[in-house]
Amino acid sequence: MMSTHTSAPAGPVLRRRSLGALAAVPGLLSLAACGSSDGGSTSGDPSTLRVVDYYNTPADDKVIQETLESVGAEVGVTISREKVPGDQLIQKVLQMSSSKTLPDILMLDNPDLQEIASSGALAPLDDFGFDTSGISPEILAAGTYEGKVYGIAPTVNTIALFFNTAMLEEAAIEPPTTWEELTAAAKALTHDDVYGLAFSAIATYEGTWQFLPFMWSNGGDETDLATPEVAGAAQLWADLVADGSASKSVVNWGQGDAMDQFKAEKAAMVVNGPWNITGLQEDAPDLDWDVVIIPVPAAGDDSVAPLGGEVWTIPQTGDEEKQKKAAEVLQKFVSAENQLVMGAARNTIPSDIEAATTFAEEHPELATFVEQVSTARSRTGKLGTEWPATAKAIYTAFQQVLVDGTDPETAFADAAASLG
Amino acid sequence: MTAQTTTPATVRRRRAHGSALVRYGFIAPAVLYLALFFGYPIVKNFTMSFQEYTSATFFTGEASFAGLDNYLAVLADPVFSKAMVNTVIFTVVSIAGQFVIGMALALFFRRSFPLSGFLRSMLLLPWLLPMIVSAAVWRWILEQDSGILNQALSTIGLISSPIPWLSSSDTALIAVVMVNIWLGIPFNVVLLYSGLQSIPEELYEAGEIDGATGWAAFRHLTLPLLRPVVSVVLLLGVIYTIKVIDLILGLTGGGPANATQTIATRSYEMSFIEFDFGQGAALGNILILIALLFSVIYLRANARSMKEGR
Repeated sequence: MMSTHTSAPAGPVLRRRSLGALAAVPGLLSLAACGSSDGGSTSGDPSTLRVVDYYNTPADDKVIQETLESVGAEVGVTISREKVPGDQLIQKVLQMSSSKTLPDILMLDNPDLQEIASSGALAPLDDFGFDTSGISPEILAAGTYEGKVYGIAPTVNTIALFFNTAMLEEAAIEPPTTWEELTAAAKALTHDDVYGLAFSAIATYEGTWQFLPFMWSNGGDETDLATPEVAGAAQLWADLVADGSASKSVVNWGQGDAMDQFKAEKAAMVVNGPWNITGLQEDAPDLDWDVVIIPVPAAGDDSVAPLGGEVWTIPQTGDEEKQKKAAEVLQKFVSAENQLVMGAARNTIPSDIEAATTFAEEHPELATFVEQVSTARSRTGKLGTEWPATAKAIYTAFQQVLVDGTDPETAFADAAASLG
Repeated sequence: MTAQTTTPATVRRRRAHGSALVRYGFIAPAVLYLALFFGYPIVKNFTMSFQEYTSATFFTGEASFAGLDNYLAVLADPVFSKAMVNTVIFTVVSIAGQFVIGMALALFFRRSFPLSGFLRSMLLLPWLLPMIVSAAVWRWILEQDSGILNQALSTIGLISSPIPWLSSSDTALIAVVMVNIWLGIPFNVVLLYSGLQSIPEELYEAGEIDGATGWAAFRHLTLPLLRPVVSVVLLLGVIYTIKVIDLILGLTGGGPANATQTIATRSYEMSFIEFDFGQGAALGNILILIALLFSVIYLRANARSMKEGR
């Protein structure tokens, strides 16, 4: 879900949801089931593979299209690719799954994979003898449901701490590595209309995704939200806002909005991801910035960030021949060479461990992200299809802390209770 | 009587039969359209609300019967009561604001003055903008630190510190209602203005002779004559407002801390964030029920006023 919103152009994150008569929505979705017949991906041509993804920004779009076309040519198929708006992908997938018009290759945001895999709409990649060796185990876990790999990510992303080099130098502040340093630095960097730190604490999955590195690095765990470790992370956020080191508006900012504050030099530091680097360079070419990993509670702790990015899957279309071809295409698509090409074009990190090392050498500016990815965790690894409800409980709780001043322990105890 | 005999009666009957077919033929497209695009979703939504409808159902087409479980779960949802209260506040305050301002503007535009036509058409602007665009623009306007509204208010000295319009649970609902009022004014003005146009000028002249001017004219002439239009405006207003979703999602996403969560946004959330389509449908049906209630009240009130001869 993360890069869904975040790869959109800068500005408030808005989801197009003119759904007409609300009550009729789920009904309309299944209306597509009217003329359903079993099996069969739609395109009749056996040598054309239908691909659905949400890569709409030019940088993503171009390299994905080119890579798909070139691997398609190697396998001897043509690629017919359909791009949907990021926030509409899941609705679209449910619709296609209901009307039996799933594509031959489908891209999903990784936290959605288990939900869709659990519906039976996807084929385990093992069925096609898919080779996943070399891929980082945590990244494989993000594409795994009930012990089987359903989705493979050529490249991944995560979040880290961007900082305005000039502002830190001026204040004679070293990039923070611990929470204490982060709080002190944010406070020292705050003056006039500049905030020390910007982050996104919005009431969506995006807010939860930004909360996770603090929660996880503090030893918190999504399987039990009623712990001092989870509450501690919320306390850190609450202190930053209470100090005035971060704007109260963080509860309404998506990651693009937080990055906009950084671009406009209204925030000295920002928690953000590599997918926004292109925009940062284009919109603020004169801004000198650098990135460090997310500060940890105490020196020596591990910085654990969430794993982001999209996984590619092969839906159950009923056409085995095509599925095999799709697997062939996908296998070549995620090769180490292609990972390096796509990673460079999209500022994302190769999922192959060796490729990632090469990548860090070739792109030192992204080395921080390579490091952060190497310890990153998948969001659905532990909870599977329970994740969406937990993610929602998390953002509801930290919003109560930031907005209503609820005590973090109480807010997260309530969150845990709401999950039963 | 042989088979060949054709009495005038049967001819008439046949002709009548034929014309009945033709008559049904004429309404068939409309009925088909209604059944397909209104009937089917409503029935489907109704059945869904009694099923354990998950994302798997979309693929397999199978959903087990859940009885009243979805409704019970929805009612037990900790956010439900808050969403209900918010829905009521959002609807009532929005409608009141839209209507009062809309009525004032309609009365104002009733007198023609230079540029009144131009101004009236400018007033329609909010209506013409896609909702999602309005929401984006308003988010910038209402931004706490750099938003133009806070800047303007502090420049003229009305506030000393910026108001956290969308980031405080005390003000978020007010802000959302404010934007919704702005959005709804054109609709109210257009309908009320055309209603006012249909009141003959002579009545006011006659009223003036009887001493009814100003407020008295409004109270005893305009309001009673405008009553059918007013009730339509209010009823449609309620139905439109109660189900508003894109504006709220665009402005606050139901946050902060559920401060702007309504039944409509919560239903969306249940279906598409939590993937529990059964519960989402159950909540949607509760919303339909509330809207229906208003329709019934309206229809009865209308029937009564008809009977009374107004």
